[in-house]
Amino acid sequence: MKWSSPVRQLGLAVMALVLVAACGGSSSGGSASCSESTAKTADSASACGGMDALVAAAKAEGALNVIALPPDWANYGAVISGFTAKYGIAPNSINPNGSSQDEVNAFDGTSNAPDVVDVGQAVALANTAKFTPYKVATWNDIPAGAKEPTGLWFNDYGGYMGIGYDSTKVPGGVITSVSDLLGSGFKSKVALAGDPTKSNQGLNGVIMAGVANGGTLDDVSTGVGFFKKLKQAGNYVPVVGTAATVKLGQTPVLFEWDYLSTSHGKDVSSWKIFVPSNAIIGGYYSQAINKAAPHPAAARLWEEYLYSDAGQNLWLKGGARPVRMAAMTTAGTIDTAAAAALPAVNGTPQVPSGDQTSKASAYVVANWSAAVS
Amino acid sequence: MTAAGNPALNTAARPTRGGRRLSLSWLGVMPFFVYVGLFLLLPTAIVVIGSLTAPTGGVSLTNFVGIDKPYMVKAFTLSLSVSAVSAVAGAFFGAVLAYAVVTGNPRGLLRRSIMSASGVLAQFGGVALAFAFIATFSTVGFVTVFLKDHGIDIYANGVWLYDPPGITLIYVYFQIPLMVLVFLPALDGIRPQWREATESLGGSTWHYWRYVAGPLLAPAFLGCTLLLFANAFSAYATIAALLTNGGVYVPLQIQALLTSETEQSQPGLAQALAVAMILIVVIVMTLYTLLQRRTTRWLR
Repeated sequence: MKWSSPVRQLGLAVMALVLVAACGGSSSGGSASCSESTAKTADSASACGGMDALVAAAKAEGALNVIALPPDWANYGAVISGFTAKYGIAPNSINPNGSSQDEVNAFDGTSNAPDVVDVGQAVALANTAKFTPYKVATWNDIPAGAKEPTGLWFNDYGGYMGIGYDSTKVPGGVITSVSDLLGSGFKSKVALAGDPTKSNQGLNGVIMAGVANGGTLDDVSTGVGFFKKLKQAGNYVPVVGTAATVKLGQTPVLFEWDYLSTSHGKDVSSWKIFVPSNAIIGGYYSQAINKAAPHPAAARLWEEYLYSDAGQNLWLKGGARPVRMAAMTTAGTIDTAAAAALPAVNGTPQVPSGDQTSKASAYVVANWSAAVS
Repeated sequence: MTAAGNPALNTAARPTRGGRRLSLSWLGVMPFFVYVGLFLLLPTAIVVIGSLTAPTGGVSLTNFVGIDKPYMVKAFTLSLSVSAVSAVAGAFFGAVLAYAVVTGNPRGLLRRSIMSASGVLAQFGGVALAFAFIATFSTVGFVTVFLKDHGIDIYANGVWLYDPPGITLIYVYFQIPLMVLVFLPALDGIRPQWREATESLGGSTWHYWRYVAGPLLAPAFLGCTLLLFANAFSAYATIAALLTNGGVYVPLQIQALLTSETEQSQPGLAQALAVAMILIVVIVMTLYTLLQRRTTRWLR
């Protein structure tokens, strides 16, 4: 554990003392424990009496509510079962196909409310008042721009916007540029993996199409214009691409995060992913803890697990790029085989800022329906 | 509450039995009122109150300001036009089918089978209908693929199934059977004697339709068309399951405003849209009720 400053260390020590005093008789002998009230406000494992105390408190709570985590999304199925195997707490997964906004909407103060959320950048920024700060043990490995400084939210995994396609269904069997999609061989084939007027993933698909066609992160109109041309050419399919539509063949060409697109390979063996070198749009999802989490200790333990080497390597196995990837590569703890299997990318990644995303979103909402209907 | 304390009622029957009977009948309709209250009145009240609450609190019309944005206007235009076209088409074909049924044997196989089929198909909307069309007429649907294998590409110029003509076609699928069900009683009310009377007075078929059956059936026909319109206008699940992306219809806009994860979540505006939809349906259903009243004057 590294400390960011001595002041902070002092603060934590004082806080721990106050809490221990407050808990009084509940902590017996020398072993530290973590009461529910302590866990609710603990902003790190040590504030809760260390990892062992956190684990004990989480086991005492015995449950964890998670929401909007599809098992096939970035390897979440394996992450959930890994957590259960390690700590004996089986997460209760609500509404697996919900959106980031659905997650925050479910904060209803009951014992069924989600303890932790995994949300897109926009939702994380808009809802900080509903989160409680927490710093995982590996906090310092997370790049500064990828976390809220006090720990209200912190990026976890991400990837690049790509075009996944069934190589048997496209002319020539390969896509080499985004403008290829306007060709007559793509009739009724091109889809987005989310509605850009409300889904972060869909919006980034439009941003990527824009940048690839000469637009910038500040001006998404090129992207909307591109989809208008797709629609006029009869190539656009107004169906959200999912594992089911890909398997069925309804969406043989799909704008999707590369780490999610990878999973279609198991249904469609000829599935390939193209990330345009002039438009490598990165996007990360963030973790955050519900301020009123019904299981505060389990919520914190879940974050510790996600940011442990094991948790981060599970994202990588699922084709996503974990946020601690650089630090783990240096430390030699990264799963090198999984890292080598990521889609090859040549070029400089660009990540839209919060402001750029907001502007793009507002433009898309106002102009999308005119473009595609 | 019982009527035991009500002298007016007590005089009508023996005191104890009168009180009990009233209390029981009151209990009998309770489930209905509770149901209507919980699933119709309460949600309506929540939506109306929500639409009139400003994001910062307090009563205001702020939420309704967003409705005049071009893409919202377009959503209403599309929803209204698809509903209107599918209602008119459904009403026309449904009425023709109903007339064919009426002229046949009242106890015949044709009537019985069409009536039961209509009863089932009128309710065959929503997700099931959307998936039926996806399985048959989507780009990979078996009808599409079969026709393509035989040289006919119905989507040579792009998929129209998801465009307004396609949505209208899908809606007509449940509009026709509904029209048969609601229009048949009116046709049954037309008595053969009226036709005989027309003919014995020297009237032709044209005279009969123009001066007797037409005026009698017109209110019923228009009323049923309005009912079909409201039916299509309020449909949500069918388009939601079919157009998972970028559907420009009012119910889908409401859904997007409630679940947006890209900072466009505006529950207030969503509720304002819902209120606008409720108003449209209320107007249509009021007209329907007025026409129904006119219909029942002659056709029973």
